[in-house]
Amino acid sequence: MNERGILSTGERRQPVTRVVFTGLIAAVLACLAIVAAGPILWLAKSAVSTSQDILRDPFGWWPSGIRWGNLAEAWNGMDIGRALANTVYIAAGNWFFGLLVALTGGYSLAILRPRYAGAVSAAVMATLFIPGVVSLVSLYLTVIDVPGLGANLINSYWAVWLPAAAHAFNVLLVKNFFAELPKEVFEAAKVDGANSFDVFWRIVLPMSRPIIAVVSLLTLVSAWKEFLWPLLVLPSPDLQPLSVVLYKISATAETSTLIAAMFIAVILPLVFFLLFQKQFLRSAGRAGAVKG
Amino acid sequence: MPRSDTLQGAMTRWVRHGGAGKLLFTTPLLIVFGLFAWWPILRSLVLSFQRTNLVADPAWVGLRNFSRVLADPLLVTAAWNTAWFTLLALVIGFPVPVLLAVFIGELRRTRTITSVLVYIPIIIPPVVAVLLWKQLYDPSEHGLLNTVAGWAGLGPFPWLQSAETAMPSIVVQATWAGFGTTTIIYVAALMSVPPELYEAAELDGAGVLRRVWHITLPQLRSVILLMLILQVIGTFQVFTEPYVMTGGGPDNSTITLLMLIFKYAFVVGDFGKATALSLMLAVFLTALSAVYLRATREWKPS
Repeated sequence: MNERGILSTGERRQPVTRVVFTGLIAAVLACLAIVAAGPILWLAKSAVSTSQDILRDPFGWWPSGIRWGNLAEAWNGMDIGRALANTVYIAAGNWFFGLLVALTGGYSLAILRPRYAGAVSAAVMATLFIPGVVSLVSLYLTVIDVPGLGANLINSYWAVWLPAAAHAFNVLLVKNFFAELPKEVFEAAKVDGANSFDVFWRIVLPMSRPIIAVVSLLTLVSAWKEFLWPLLVLPSPDLQPLSVVLYKISATAETSTLIAAMFIAVILPLVFFLLFQKQFLRSAGRAGAVKG
Repeated sequence: MPRSDTLQGAMTRWVRHGGAGKLLFTTPLLIVFGLFAWWPILRSLVLSFQRTNLVADPAWVGLRNFSRVLADPLLVTAAWNTAWFTLLALVIGFPVPVLLAVFIGELRRTRTITSVLVYIPIIIPPVVAVLLWKQLYDPSEHGLLNTVAGWAGLGPFPWLQSAETAMPSIVVQATWAGFGTTTIIYVAALMSVPPELYEAAELDGAGVLRRVWHITLPQLRSVILLMLILQVIGTFQVFTEPYVMTGGGPDNSTITLLMLIFKYAFVVGDFGKATALSLMLAVFLTALSAVYLRATREWKPS
């Protein structure tokens, strides 16, 4: 990076600025490490501590010894293993249907542009501006008795997957991305006799890898975070994801077991983030660029 | 010979021009948005004027749902708590990401590690984050935060157990969970500030703080204004944090409007009343954003 920021390269070299700036960096990094990572490290430490140690001596390094058994107790006794599998299943469905709707919809609205594209785009965007609270209750009543199908989706993962796919922001991201692809490529393919399916499969999808990555990360992270909606539509304990199960057991579970269960719930997203940090940071930035 | 314009002819031409393919690609979006976005929004309008309890058939009740909401003494408490949450979240949580992003924008070698640290709370599922902070807020003198306060000779504080401190404690947790997202968005927006502006300011002898004040912040203006209203809209609909942290207590001091809607609909089973309150909140938020967007459009940067 050779472009200047607020400080110029010359200023950065000045001894006084350098000392002050380095000191500031150290201070901010230390603060961030304590504030942002601190609670997670404490969670990791407490996941293998006794309840007594967690409650009596939160800063002690295992005064009563490390207790690996917490993790097994949470996994088996609290059914965290099943809850984790449910969470993965929900996230996978949200990912698949979210991507399906965003990619096909974005392709239609940005590239195929049927006559009704303008009206559909406007109706999709409108849902971005209408506060989500409007449809919480009516969405629940819709899921209980889906119009036209007469189906009750309660205690079915469809009740989570399909409403999550109606995500205007993802459609907007994909549509904007497609709108910037070079038009000549599609025109040339059409002249060569390719129909809209060929163009989608052979040209558009291979060019969409960056936006697929962005939408995938955003969808997976938000699926992992869902709480209120699965709480409402998945009353059966066998189907509930981690968020709901953790909330349900939080009132009665032994502290050490609960903390171990919480730790299990964060490991997967945390490792996933550390592996793909570049993609995560880029997708968050891109999401912001659309809002701006 | 001109083809006669029958329905069949029109259909054939439509298919030949790719109309069917276009419709097929739009279908997943139309089905999903139709059933789970557009229909529920329209249905809310109907529901709020009906009595719906899933037992009896829905019946029209005029404005009675609205008047029953307004007659609920908890409404004022919940509205006040929600506004208090929003205000505290603005005061505590709004400036931090802006300052942090300006700082991150200046980093070179430590930029990645800083961004990773900022991002960590975003990855944590809200229920885990809330339950974790609930543990940190343990009111005994051995609680983690009370231990830290004890080092400074303060406390122990009751945190979530007292009506005065419960809401600020929830806001601190919510800020912790949310500041990363906004920071990363500001960092991305900073990339588009033209370096020549800083160049010129430096030549004019402007110091670092004046460059931030006169260049960086004005250049971020539109993003900052947008994030502000998005945050207000988001915090007015806060649910998970108070619901999991305190369940609305102590003494209803942390019950929010969304928790009230939840209670009407899913505890009492009074869907009409719940929808009426949802609609009132939505209309208020939409009006607020409309006024805000109009007001901020007028202060053009000079």
